[in-house]
Amino acid sequence: MGKFIMPNLQKEKIESYLGEGKRLDGRKAEEFREISVETGVSKNSSSAVRVKYGKTEVLAGVHLALATPYPDSPDSGTFMTSAELHPMASQQFDIGRPGINSIELARVIDRGIRESGFIDMKALCIKKGEKVYQVFVDIFAINDDGNLMDVAGLAALIALGRARMPIYNEEEDKIDGYDEKKGIPLNKEVLSFSMTFHKIGDAIVADVSKEEEAVSKFRLTIAMGDNEGKPRITAMQKGLAGTISDKDMETILKLAESKWSDMFPKIREDVFG
Amino acid sequence: MAAPTTQSVPLKGKKGIYTKREDGRKFTDVRPMTAKVGIVPSADGSASFSTGKTKAIAVVRGPRTLHPQHMQNARTGILRVSYGMMPFSVEDRIRPGPNRRAEEIGKVTEWALSSVVDLSGFPNTVVDVFVQIPQADAGTRVAGINAAALALAHAGIPMKEMVSAIGVGKIDKTLVVDLDKFEDSEFHDAEGSTDIPIVLTSRKKEIALLQLDGKISVEEFKAVIELGKVACDDILKVQMDALKNAGDCKNG
Repeated sequence: MGKFIMPNLQKEKIESYLGEGKRLDGRKAEEFREISVETGVSKNSSSAVRVKYGKTEVLAGVHLALATPYPDSPDSGTFMTSAELHPMASQQFDIGRPGINSIELARVIDRGIRESGFIDMKALCIKKGEKVYQVFVDIFAINDDGNLMDVAGLAALIALGRARMPIYNEEEDKIDGYDEKKGIPLNKEVLSFSMTFHKIGDAIVADVSKEEEAVSKFRLTIAMGDNEGKPRITAMQKGLAGTISDKDMETILKLAESKWSDMFPKIREDVFG
Repeated sequence: MAAPTTQSVPLKGKKGIYTKREDGRKFTDVRPMTAKVGIVPSADGSASFSTGKTKAIAVVRGPRTLHPQHMQNARTGILRVSYGMMPFSVEDRIRPGPNRRAEEIGKVTEWALSSVVDLSGFPNTVVDVFVQIPQADAGTRVAGINAAALALAHAGIPMKEMVSAIGVGKIDKTLVVDLDKFEDSEFHDAEGSTDIPIVLTSRKKEIALLQLDGKISVEEFKAVIELGKVACDDILKVQMDALKNAGDCKNG
């Protein structure tokens, strides 16, 4: 994997701007880019969507396949997430075996969905111990202008929210397309989405651009869901080698709570349509 | 080594259905911990760390010249961490070799340790840290980090601070320190289990690693960090004792 090249001059400029509460693209430190969502990207899957935060663009698709359940949960469907950070999306990415960035991305998104119980796995059982549906979420980065974690995470949620149930042909034991009218079983009330904050210079910054990401000291991803109108933490992941002080943590938690309140209603609408 | 107890943070958690731990520990107690350095004689540094039934070993090799050459950094040495669970470490055999979970844990461990090591005196080199888990009962990544930090110190790698690691969590409504396998992954009733591995630096008490999965309020999360700090202070003592005993033949 190549390194993102960042002149020191640019780094100093980003940091000194943020010192005055400004960003190179004119946003405030805690401001997210405009989010756009497009559904129906591929008719051949259960669902496929495009999500953009500014210029960062990710596609995510859902497939359902027939599978044998795991022995320790014979009446549950199974779930798998993959993420392809394709070289078309960035200088940094290479063809081939998934690198650590795509592994981390896929695993953080996979855990968030799996552990929250967003997909009702029990309802994906066809015959206990023998046949269940396997749900695949496949993420594909089209353009990386920073914050792939949040963009890919939202794309995965929307793809699942819009996913259609397969039509099971019992006689031939195969799937005959998807039922346009029937969604996959979801526990809608546990929906949570992730927000990633970076420390740059002395500032805490949300939804970073590629250049900002390259000078980050640490990042902290926080996923929050709804608990009777109040935000509740459902997942966290710290990245990079910087350390988080008590003061930074306080700032991030406050920002996350207020951003969640601003963004959650719209995101719920985007996910469930 | 005796089991340290962490009792100075009062539990403010609401009453839930998880009222007693199977092994008799208080909710804020860590498991009995042991640590030892110098367990692999051919290495530049090595250590073992165990908490209850979870055992980790870590080996440090380097600084040594980094190949391939294009990976070298002329300004500083780099840290490279690999983590793995041995095939016989859990009930269902694990296929040998790297997997996605191991690669991610290796990377977050590398970030946590990189926050305190200073390799600026060793340009173009790499320090390799190998973490392996012979027996697992939850908390393997934090046990691995405790061992790895010890192995780095044992190897004489310059470090700005030490790091200590602990798994904190919430079982139903109860905040719990140093989760075992049942608490970590087999408790599914009521609000279920939230597992939060934390790594703290020894002096500034800043967070070098943080992961979380589950459901927890912001207030409870803040209490979790405080519990983590108390537990890490105790773990630091275990680590420091091990380093002081480094020259002791009976111990090494």
